[in-house]
Amino acid sequence: MMHFEDFSSFLDMGGYGLYVWLSFGVTALSLLILWLDSIFSKRSLMSQVLSEQARQARIKAATEKSVKGDSV
Amino acid sequence: MWKWLHPYAKTERTYHLCQSLLPWFSLLGLLVIVVATVWGLAFAPTDYQQSEAYRIIYVHVPSAVLSKSLYSAMAIAGFVGLVWQVKTSFMAMVALAPIGATVTFVSLITGAAWGKPMWGTWWEWDARLTSQLILLFLFLGVISLYKAFEDKQQAGKAAGVMALVGVINLPIIHYSVEWWNTLHQGATIMKFDKPSMPAEMLWPLLLAILGWALVSGAIFLIRMQNEIIRREIKRPWVVELAIKNASASKGK
Repeated sequence: MMHFEDFSSFLDMGGYGLYVWLSFGVTALSLLILWLDSIFSKRSLMSQVLSEQARQARIKAATEKSVKGDSV
Repeated sequence: MWKWLHPYAKTERTYHLCQSLLPWFSLLGLLVIVVATVWGLAFAPTDYQQSEAYRIIYVHVPSAVLSKSLYSAMAIAGFVGLVWQVKTSFMAMVALAPIGATVTFVSLITGAAWGKPMWGTWWEWDARLTSQLILLFLFLGVISLYKAFEDKQQAGKAAGVMALVGVINLPIIHYSVEWWNTLHQGATIMKFDKPSMPAEMLWPLLLAILGWALVSGAIFLIRMQNEIIRREIKRPWVVELAIKNASASKGK
């Protein structure tokens, strides 16, 4: 059974609303930021893998080209 | 010899293990944490002394419990990394540190928001509060020490030593309420005899702790994967994975 009679008394928290909602709000926000940071760094790491790979490919192509140039 | 027995493929297997565990931890954790929080906020009975302010317990205690558990886990990972030189162990240590720091921060903030109406002050330099603040600094210290080294094996060793030295703070936090006169109340559920709390209040609290553990686990799994990718950015299996991921997101 719900402890509070109506929604406004739920928000009021017996006069301690500020402290209770401050606690729960900061908690939710902190965990949300941590979670978002985790998934966004995963995403950026994945694209970093691809750009690193492209860079390696460019280096390889450039070396091959210069080696060919030398032999001519 | 142990080191020698672990082939390089191990990180790849660890990555996929994290991937298969992740949905379970995320969904179950989210479910449990929402149920426990709603139960604690709206359905648990009121406290005869603190009225509705006591409901802060449903975020304060889980975060405080998790802060110590995560520190222990991080220190164990650091120890394993130092003694057996397991590469993935340092990765686990670094993946745990930001979670621990966040959770410790939450325990301090919710403690302040609880202290203000009950003790009349947001902060007091007393033993429990100060040792918990030191725990936050230890987490931050491990993170920044690891970042300070270019060579990540070296960084893992340095941060691991710091994590191990900081273990001394854990019993200090736990026994601070007994050893010193503090504002902070004594243990309520971590006692050997019966917990001094009625069941209707205790159940959502225990459930909240479980939910927090599961959610921390889910975030750990993601961060562990991130550490693996960061360290193995040029390895063929990582490249293949990134290509697969990119084409999958394009398909959407």
